[in-house]
Amino acid sequence: MKRNEVITVGLLVFLVFILKFIIPKPVQLSYTVSMITIILLGLVFVYILIRTLQGRLIGRRVVFLLVGISLSLPFFMKLTLNIPVSPEVRSVYDALQKLPPGSKVLASFDYDPPSAPELQPMAVAFMKYAFDHGLKVIIMGLWPQGPQQADQAIQSAFKAEPSLKKKIKYGRDYVNLGFQAGNEFVILRMGESFKAMFPSDLNNTPYDSIPLLNNVSNFSNLDFCMNFSAGKPGTAEWVQIAVDRFKLPVAAGNTAVQAPMVYPYLNSHQLVGLLGGMSGGAAFEKLTKKPGKATTYILSQSFAHTVIVIFIIIGNIAYFSRKKENK
Amino acid sequence: MKFNNLFRFSVLFRFLLISSLLILLLLISSSVFGQDKPVVSDTLNYDSIITASKPLPPVDIQVKDEPGDAGGAINISWKPSPDEKNGKVKEYLILRSKSKSGPFKEAGNTTVGVTSYTDNKADIGVGFYYKVASLNFDKENGNYLWKSMGESEIYGPVKSTAQWFNVKRLNIFIGIIILCAAIIYFIFAAKSGKSFYIRKIAGIEEVENAVGRATEMGRAIYYIPGINDMDDVQTLASMTILGRVATFAAENDTRIDVPVSRSLVMVTAKEMVREAYSKVGRPDSFHEDQVRYITDDQFGYAAAIDGLFVREKPATIFMIGAFFAESLIIAETGNSIGAIQIAGTAMPAQLPFFVAACDYTLIGEELFAASAYLSREPKLLGSLKGQDFGKAVFLIAIIIGVILESFGIPFSKYFMAH
Amino acid sequence: MKREIPVAITFIVGTAYLIAYFIPHKPFNYFENWFNDWFAVIAAFAIWLGVLNLIKISTIKIFQKKPDWPYSVLIIISFVIIVFFGFYEGYKGLYAHPSYSFRDPGTSFDWLYVNVYTPLSATMFALLAFFVASASYRAFRARNFEATLLLLAAFFVMLGRVPVGDILTSWLPHQYQLSQWANWIMNVPNTAGQRAIMIGIALGLVSTSLRIILGLERSYLGND
Repeated sequence: MKRNEVITVGLLVFLVFILKFIIPKPVQLSYTVSMITIILLGLVFVYILIRTLQGRLIGRRVVFLLVGISLSLPFFMKLTLNIPVSPEVRSVYDALQKLPPGSKVLASFDYDPPSAPELQPMAVAFMKYAFDHGLKVIIMGLWPQGPQQADQAIQSAFKAEPSLKKKIKYGRDYVNLGFQAGNEFVILRMGESFKAMFPSDLNNTPYDSIPLLNNVSNFSNLDFCMNFSAGKPGTAEWVQIAVDRFKLPVAAGNTAVQAPMVYPYLNSHQLVGLLGGMSGGAAFEKLTKKPGKATTYILSQSFAHTVIVIFIIIGNIAYFSRKKENK
Repeated sequence: MKFNNLFRFSVLFRFLLISSLLILLLLISSSVFGQDKPVVSDTLNYDSIITASKPLPPVDIQVKDEPGDAGGAINISWKPSPDEKNGKVKEYLILRSKSKSGPFKEAGNTTVGVTSYTDNKADIGVGFYYKVASLNFDKENGNYLWKSMGESEIYGPVKSTAQWFNVKRLNIFIGIIILCAAIIYFIFAAKSGKSFYIRKIAGIEEVENAVGRATEMGRAIYYIPGINDMDDVQTLASMTILGRVATFAAENDTRIDVPVSRSLVMVTAKEMVREAYSKVGRPDSFHEDQVRYITDDQFGYAAAIDGLFVREKPATIFMIGAFFAESLIIAETGNSIGAIQIAGTAMPAQLPFFVAACDYTLIGEELFAASAYLSREPKLLGSLKGQDFGKAVFLIAIIIGVILESFGIPFSKYFMAH
Repeated sequence: MKREIPVAITFIVGTAYLIAYFIPHKPFNYFENWFNDWFAVIAAFAIWLGVLNLIKISTIKIFQKKPDWPYSVLIIISFVIIVFFGFYEGYKGLYAHPSYSFRDPGTSFDWLYVNVYTPLSATMFALLAFFVASASYRAFRARNFEATLLLLAAFFVMLGRVPVGDILTSWLPHQYQLSQWANWIMNVPNTAGQRAIMIGIALGLVSTSLRIILGLERSYLGND
């Protein structure tokens, strides 16, 4: 087994080398070739089904390989899908639409790099929308790497729309207050005084010297809060403290794993709306008419979900056929 | 005569020349500073705009001390200005003064659509007077071109005071009293000898068998107490279960390894395992490296655990405590090596992963019941019964609330929400 | 006294916390902040316990050449590199003009964070995709009624949350398409189940906390 593992790793390294150094530009398959590739992939599944019916079950390595292929192939394909917009995503968009230019929005970045592939696209879409519509964004984080993710989201927004970079000014249109330790107690104390929790911003500029923060002393001076969360502290704490105690309207962007936990708050109208996982991010990009990474990644996710469902079906066929044989 | 005519002509000519130059200058200045800007001077032109745009103040203003706080906060609420619908209101300003005659300074502002403001800078015991003003304005590049304010009457004086009881939490207080009373009652009932029926929990029933399996196979038991610190009740519950599991392991002289993610958890877990070995008379069988710190980092911890599982191939794995995204990574790896896995967590998002990947799962409150279940101590079993009583009370309250809401009686919603 | 003092401290602090939740008046409103600050300080100091334990066990493993000792070498090397660059950049930044933090973009520490730590973390998180597939393949079998319900819910939600679901059911009226079924499952049965589990967990938390505060549950201090 060790020899096979070494060969597999070697092949993967060789593949990465080819893709990185030999192929000069990212390969883009045409629509026809993409369809043929999908059909070929389908034939592989038919083969696996036949093997399963013959009693030769596939190992987990084959499952991993096919999931890996289904996730990476769409990056080379030129396909577009019609993204469904759920009511909770539409609620977020409608709430943001109602905010007039100049409204002060708190953006809490409560996630770290491992969750960034899922949350960063929606964060970028939000920042693009906010800057485009003249919303003033006050950034903070309850997770240590949150403010850095916010900076990266802003840079991505500027890169995608260079015109934004010219009109948006730090200190006037947005400010990054940085990270503060204390989890939900930070939210509690912010309800009384922002300055007590954040005496200066990420660049050590004193709170009172920042034009955007003039007349912003606590939650009463904010018009909206957008929380991007991957766990604890996160959306639940914002709802329990900022919404329940200080009546701040809060919308959330969560990872797909955390989203089901947050639905009770949505249905009781404690949360204004929810962007759940990659599909929520893609739907938000569709509503704001600014397609970004979520729209690209949702294709990969669609492929992966389809492959998993096919494996579930194959697994059940195998189970029932064995049950029948045993009878 | 001729001279007079000439003189009149030159005066007229000069007048015309100077007027033309003035008009030309003004036309040039208007084109340089933008067509939209009025040609006449600011003050003179904006006065008419300010007068025409002056919004009506908000109505039904109420100013009162913020209830249920430590003082220092006054709540001001109002109904929107009638001019809000016409778009003549862009903001509301809250003005405050210590005396009725002023001067009134700005205490805060809200955008249109918001109808309340909490002034958190009110000194305790000091009376403040408030006015709420509707503000209409135009801005360019962040600077006001003009602004027009419609001020309300003066309200006050209102003093902020500290309360001794937060009335907004009365409903929670009543719930806690009922629940705690039930728990204490049933604890005393259990202590006086009453026996209670507790339903079987499959995961807890299997603990001894799982430890026995590891003993038979001659392999180790791994106990993963989650990634939260000792301030989380789940971790505390996990530590109590660890004590019981470690006792079983020590009785069978089976090695139990506890890799942890937090230093304080390491200290506690070490004590638990050491005590377990001492209790069964095998203190020398305990080794310091059985309980070791890995890393605080979530995925670094998951990677380390996966590596340990794959290399050491434990026969039994317990995953009991608070888990996050790493739960499935650890559980699937444990499944791949053929270990029997018993998991328990009160993180609802991770329960489906454990249910899919583990042999037995303690769901939510079963984790907290496990320690009582394993020890069979009467007072702990009594507290379980009290918890169930509390659940019955809440169940009845929910049913009553649903019926009342269905008939349009919002009492229960009001009581729960306020 | 070895057991009584910790139990007494637990009772006092637990009760003070509970009181502070209902009584906003001074000095009770300060309790929450005080205790949390104290815990943060204790936890910060306690990190050294863990780190020293890790170094001690890794070093012993290396010197005694126990099984898998090369991994311990890797731990020590990684630890030393990160600590070195953290202190080095922190010291340099302190005396630089203008001063900067060791975490600021452009520092070696930040390079290690962005180019080593972040990809490693993201890789571990990405493993979830593969493990979800293998767990689903193994666990979602229609063995009985409940398992069949679980299977159907997974089917509807997995396909309904991505555009593929609506493509497959585009021939149906909009309200019967897979995305609408997925929304209904998330909003109704999922929410009901989540609420029930959260209520049960909350009750369990109260019961366990009460046992700990009253000193009935003392096993976390060491077995009786």
